[in-house]
Amino acid sequence: MSDSLLLSRSVAEVAADIASGRLPRDAALDASLAVMESANAGPGGLNAVLWSDAEGARAGVAALTLNPEQRLAGIAVAVKDNIATRTMPTTCGSKILEGYVSPFEATVIARLRAAGAVIPMKTNMDEFAMGSSTENSAYGVTRHPMDHTRVPGGSSGGSAAVVAAGVTRIALGSETGGSVRQPAAFCGIVGVKPTYGRVSRHGLVAFASSLDQVGVFGTTVDDAALGLQVIAGVDPLDSTTLDVPVADYRAARGATGDQPLAGVVIGRPVEYFPESLDPRMRALLDRSADHLRALGAEVRDVSLPHTSLAIPVYYIVAPAEASSNLARFDGVRYGLRVEGDGLRGMYEATRSQGFGPEVTRRILLGTYVLSAGYYDAYYKRAMAVRRLIADDFTKVFAGGVHVLLTPTTPSTAFVAGSRSDPYEMYMSDIFTATANLAGVPAMSQPIGRIDGLPVGGQLLASHFDEATMFRVGYALERALGTEAHT
Amino acid sequence: MSASGTNVAGGAAGDVTDGYEMVIGLEVHCQLKTRTKLFSAASAQFGDAPNANTDAVCLGLPGALPVLNRHAILLATRASIGLECTVHDVSVFARKHYFYPDLPKGYQISQFDRPLATSGRVVIGTNTDGSEKVIGITRVHVEEDAGKSVHDRFAGFSAIDLNRAGTPLIEIVSEPDLRSAADAGLYLRALKQIIEYTEVSDASMEEGSLRVDVNISARPVGQVAFGTRTEIKNLNSFSGVERSIEIEFARQCGVLRAGGVIEQRTMLWDGHKGEVRPARAKEGSHDYRYFPEPDLPPLVLDAAWIQEQRDALVELPAAKRARFVSQYGLSNHDVDQLTATVILADRFEQVAKAGGDAKRAANWMLGTVLAAVNVRGGDVTSHPVSPQRLGALITLEVEGAVSNTAAKQIFAMLETEDAEPRALAEREGLLQVSDDGALVQWIDEVLAELPEEAARFLAGEKKLQGVLVGAVMKKSKGSADPKKVNQLLGKLPDTQ
Repeated sequence: MSDSLLLSRSVAEVAADIASGRLPRDAALDASLAVMESANAGPGGLNAVLWSDAEGARAGVAALTLNPEQRLAGIAVAVKDNIATRTMPTTCGSKILEGYVSPFEATVIARLRAAGAVIPMKTNMDEFAMGSSTENSAYGVTRHPMDHTRVPGGSSGGSAAVVAAGVTRIALGSETGGSVRQPAAFCGIVGVKPTYGRVSRHGLVAFASSLDQVGVFGTTVDDAALGLQVIAGVDPLDSTTLDVPVADYRAARGATGDQPLAGVVIGRPVEYFPESLDPRMRALLDRSADHLRALGAEVRDVSLPHTSLAIPVYYIVAPAEASSNLARFDGVRYGLRVEGDGLRGMYEATRSQGFGPEVTRRILLGTYVLSAGYYDAYYKRAMAVRRLIADDFTKVFAGGVHVLLTPTTPSTAFVAGSRSDPYEMYMSDIFTATANLAGVPAMSQPIGRIDGLPVGGQLLASHFDEATMFRVGYALERALGTEAHT
Repeated sequence: MSASGTNVAGGAAGDVTDGYEMVIGLEVHCQLKTRTKLFSAASAQFGDAPNANTDAVCLGLPGALPVLNRHAILLATRASIGLECTVHDVSVFARKHYFYPDLPKGYQISQFDRPLATSGRVVIGTNTDGSEKVIGITRVHVEEDAGKSVHDRFAGFSAIDLNRAGTPLIEIVSEPDLRSAADAGLYLRALKQIIEYTEVSDASMEEGSLRVDVNISARPVGQVAFGTRTEIKNLNSFSGVERSIEIEFARQCGVLRAGGVIEQRTMLWDGHKGEVRPARAKEGSHDYRYFPEPDLPPLVLDAAWIQEQRDALVELPAAKRARFVSQYGLSNHDVDQLTATVILADRFEQVAKAGGDAKRAANWMLGTVLAAVNVRGGDVTSHPVSPQRLGALITLEVEGAVSNTAAKQIFAMLETEDAEPRALAEREGLLQVSDDGALVQWIDEVLAELPEEAARFLAGEKKLQGVLVGAVMKKSKGSADPKKVNQLLGKLPDTQ
């Protein structure tokens, strides 16, 4: 079987074949490594892969004790470079962590390995996950697999590009304000941000702790659902995870009949469909809504009135927490150290040279909003408004709506270097930051194309109701069929 | 100290402090006695090789997250209850930011606007009018310790030891209720005693498990507003606290008297030179940029659980002192000594019960027993004379079966011999004969042997009684109960 053919089958099927011995245990890994090569995913090519470990992954596959319980037996999973692995560096796309190898592994990595997966590569990202284009990496920009002049989105652009290029069918990213869903939309794949507290952050290098979640990319809804299934669940090493049972996210995968969404209410928040929205994008969302209706769902307009405050709130809360979380990169214990005049000089030299401009900007912004005299006006007020944004969702879901449908992004993948104004870049997150602020689960899946570039449709559900979100996702994916990519 | 509470540091007439009053609040950091750190499973052991007791969390490695140590919260709650605080069912951890090499994350996880406990009190003595002298406790909060910077070990480098990083502390902040160095000393001793009673900390200033910062200001007597305060750090003994307060108060008074203003800043105590001097780097202007710790949900304590801790709390020093006075009829002085530690107080009570005489038990404990413990080392519980055996010995003494001198000899033997006091007394011939028959026999013999003295005594020459008692004692080879002999002899002249 050729590599691309193997990779055209769902992860669940391939893993089951490997676990049962119908396929050689190294078949999936070999296919991924071959595509990584042919797609030129590394430096000089897409520059989506920062570090790779083919040998370690092969050894991992060889050492597997196969059993049918392993849902990812022999499957290669690409991992964003801000998730701690022992086998490869964890640099967060930053010079300040160049060469840093974590002595421990993230809980999500341990869970992937326990399910039989191997980690052959770490993927490029905006430095410390700050960005929406993967142009802010200290290790160079990542290119969009379908158009090298464009960005794959970010900050998890490397993982999105790897999946879009067919290297792996599952990849881990991280979300603070849309960093999985936005690149998934740009790259025409599925990207899921789970409920805050659903997936352990132990081993995820913190950007903004109250917003960060590990997210999953998949070639299809089923691949993403399977990936999340494996990593979800309470973790004693992360006190912000909740002990809520993990539902069967793949329960709806085989749903048949012509009304699989009977009884499901889909809300269309009017604030996500502004006058300024590209009419072609609006048309694609209308098409999706029509499909959902046809599948038995009721589609109604709803309102999330505080939506327009999400970006200002996000750009206070996230930098504030980032300024705190990034204080540990001080040149004392690990990572880059640049000598300077005394202790203070060393701090200044290390941090000035170690952090790129966007990270520096956000640290300064965050330090400012937490300062005495400004705390109440900025951080405290932002947290109060954040509560209002969360309440918007609570009210809508309490009002009988199960899932919200919105565009994932206001535009398709933009040309690299075209957004030099940070504010313009920040507006890329306008439809995604709300889910992080409210803590609700959300996913993006391909719903069509504009000028040949993928468009993502976003589904949002209430806290810990990923199952319903996937149920709608599966149905929409099936209904769209090839329309999703045309 | 005058009735108004004015301090008279130095005491000399015309002292620079005359007419000024000191206002002191203390911040006490106390290391909780846990096996592991506040937010990770690394050992909290003191004294191991540098950086031996560290892990990803206390090194502040990327991706490491804090996980709260339950036992630390139990101990902090217990201490808060001991300090008569209101323990809050919801408290919030917060990040306190500053850059220093021994602070691995660049912030300390502490509590800020929602501490574990507030509004407590410590009784430090009695006012002249007989009322309790009370010092208010503003708050008790839980936080992690920083590591240690070592500047004198490697030429040209500073070294960092993170063994202490992340060990659990409580910070106990007093109200500015203290008005003298002596009161500050009393407060610290009372606080230390409560902490020891509740077994939450070793509370040793020498080992650094109890650390004290002094906030002190001076104001003219009668002025209500507080003066500008300074903070004295680097204190490593109670006497250092008291001395530094006197010195800093005098300095502030001098500045004020000369028309100067006090600058709010940090001062360091130099115990060797006995001086207080300004810290090199100006502190106090720090902006710690506190905000709620997003890695930890609010700490929610069940009201029933808090009540359980309250119910399970040991008897506190003040209550124990009051009970000892009323139950055993002991003097305040003896009670203060007996209740210095829980183990001494418990041992005393066991001895008092076994011996049936609390006053004698108190005398034994505070005299012979403590002296013996001092010689042997260890604490009173490790002393080989068990409360039961000491009680039995005291009983012999109460019965008059042994003299106090003999009892002390027996006690010394009990320290090395596993024997019962009565058996030892018998073996060593130390039992006093108090049997009337035997004593009368000896008395008759003595009267017969010393007819002249006997005649004069019986004629009313009382002063000869001592000679006769001595003769009886000699005849009995010391075993006669001298009290009984005196009694019997005393009756003779009347009956003749």
